[in-house]
Amino acid sequence: MSLAELICPAGTPAALRTAVDAGADAVYCGFQDATNARNFPGLNFTPAELAEAVAYAHARGTKVLLALNTYPPAGKVDLWRQAADTGARLGVDAFIVADMGVADYIARTHPGTRLHLSVQAAASSPEAIRYYCAHFGVKRVVLPRILTIPEIRQIRKEIPCEIETFIFGNHGLMVEGRCSLTNYLTGQSTNMDGVCSPASDVEYKRHEDGSMSSQLAGFTIDCFGADEKAGYPTICKGRYTAPHRPEGYYAFEEPISLNLSKLLPELIDAGVHAFKIEGRQRSKSYVRGVVTAFRKAVDDIRAGRPADMADLVALTEGQKQTQGAFETKKWR
Amino acid sequence: MTKLTLGPIAYHWPAEMRRDFYTRIADEAPVDEVYLGEVICSKRAPFQEADLPATIERLERAGKTVILSSLAEVMLTRERKATADLAALEAPEIEINNAAGLFARGKRPHRIGPFMNAYNEVTIAWMASQGATHVSLPAEMPAPAIAAAAGAARDLGLGVEVQVFGRASLAVSARCYHARAHGRTKDNCQFVCENDDDGMPLRTTDNRPILRVNGIQTQSESYVDLLPETARLIEVGVTHLRLMPQAADMVAVASAFRGVVDGTHDLLEAEAGLHQACGGNSFSNGFYHGEAGYRRISRAAAG
Repeated sequence: MSLAELICPAGTPAALRTAVDAGADAVYCGFQDATNARNFPGLNFTPAELAEAVAYAHARGTKVLLALNTYPPAGKVDLWRQAADTGARLGVDAFIVADMGVADYIARTHPGTRLHLSVQAAASSPEAIRYYCAHFGVKRVVLPRILTIPEIRQIRKEIPCEIETFIFGNHGLMVEGRCSLTNYLTGQSTNMDGVCSPASDVEYKRHEDGSMSSQLAGFTIDCFGADEKAGYPTICKGRYTAPHRPEGYYAFEEPISLNLSKLLPELIDAGVHAFKIEGRQRSKSYVRGVVTAFRKAVDDIRAGRPADMADLVALTEGQKQTQGAFETKKWR
Repeated sequence: MTKLTLGPIAYHWPAEMRRDFYTRIADEAPVDEVYLGEVICSKRAPFQEADLPATIERLERAGKTVILSSLAEVMLTRERKATADLAALEAPEIEINNAAGLFARGKRPHRIGPFMNAYNEVTIAWMASQGATHVSLPAEMPAPAIAAAAGAARDLGLGVEVQVFGRASLAVSARCYHARAHGRTKDNCQFVCENDDDGMPLRTTDNRPILRVNGIQTQSESYVDLLPETARLIEVGVTHLRLMPQAADMVAVASAFRGVVDGTHDLLEAEAGLHQACGGNSFSNGFYHGEAGYRRISRAAAG
């Protein structure tokens, strides 16, 4: 059986301590700049904060993974090099990388440091994963959220590294690391700036009939009745019209979040080594609730006890849930 | 000498439309290089295979260099096999759009496609050390990064390519949004994407054009148009300018760029010809200017 490590989000030092205390096997975090894919105001760590966080986590047996998972644009690579050097100096347990240049730099400059391949690298076949293992010594791949469990099981047999999958949180629709939707509407790039549907470009507009529309950079992404709760305007969860869909429809996906709690035993059986919980932008109480519930479920499954999934299902706060691509090819 | 290239057709054009298109390109379009092959959806590939040898022969006879492009997304058995088969070719040249292709190709010469995320000089140097001879930069790169990347690529002896015309690829997914729009799934899509030869337009619910759907791909609503920026691109070391095939008069599009590159056309005149060739489509150059991609920044404003 795999280790079934629980990898938990740490958007702030407080969230990191919360996740560690709630039983995370590892936490992942980033610096306060474009070097990671959650470059949001008010989130992430200064080098001093990361030093304290590493000490706190290591004292409790928890690993710290540093996300350097964006793509440096030419001329700005130094920022990523410095982040890698700082992370290595502070003793992080692994770097999560996507860019080949960044991977190559760390492999050469900090040999022996673990590299995890970010979901942003979009490695969805054994050959792609083996490329990164062979050249950069990648020890773990975070799989894109587009594969079924039988496909994951097959990949596991053909690669020399560990597998990490997302199990809970935001349900990314597009192949990560290949999406410029946000840059197209806002001028800020997910790949180069670490920004997705930035809050600074979000506006909610109340109309005379009481309805509300959510906008990103002036584009209407969705609209809601007077009694509905308005959702966040993420482009790939928006409502649009097409020539034969004049009524408007969710062209890519409904506002929905990923919850694979029911599939945990199957994922463990398929050889998944680590489970990732999305949500570095979430509150401390959210992190505490989700990590605590998943800790218990994973421990139960590993001990051969039936796991109570009811708590996990309740965590999505009334939001719609999906098992996305993992359950069936029909999702595609 | 700056080369004009024609990128691979992103859409599922019917076979006859493809044949007519490439015949006209061979006969009339002033482009130097043509990329062929299905990049977006592996289900479409069988429809092109029968015609491929004749198309290659026709284009090469017309003096064009032909390059075969690989799939951007590789996940299924047939996609892995298609990628490995392409990587085994001695000729023509190949362009790789997925790391699975890099794995299969090893150090034998290849081009790096626009889906490979060659954003910076360190990554480009790595790719060159592994046999890359040419690199296409991502469509969203702004001018300063293009200049830095182009300089580095040139120093390494690599060709460096930028898309200067056509809808920008904004995202790919495992899910087919054409099938979804028609209440189907990817496995039973019945090739409904064939009906939209320039992509399926999406509008916001208050009727503003926003995106185009092309199977698993999402594209920009506007055509990228970097004709006014062409001189600057060449100046910073870009060697190849890519035109993406759209349902427009691509011979006229290529002629407009050729005229500006060769200095035989006045920019304003060429721009007018380009826009006339594209019907009522909107144009953008925001990515180049570091602004929202859909924006059109005028020359005067850009300085």
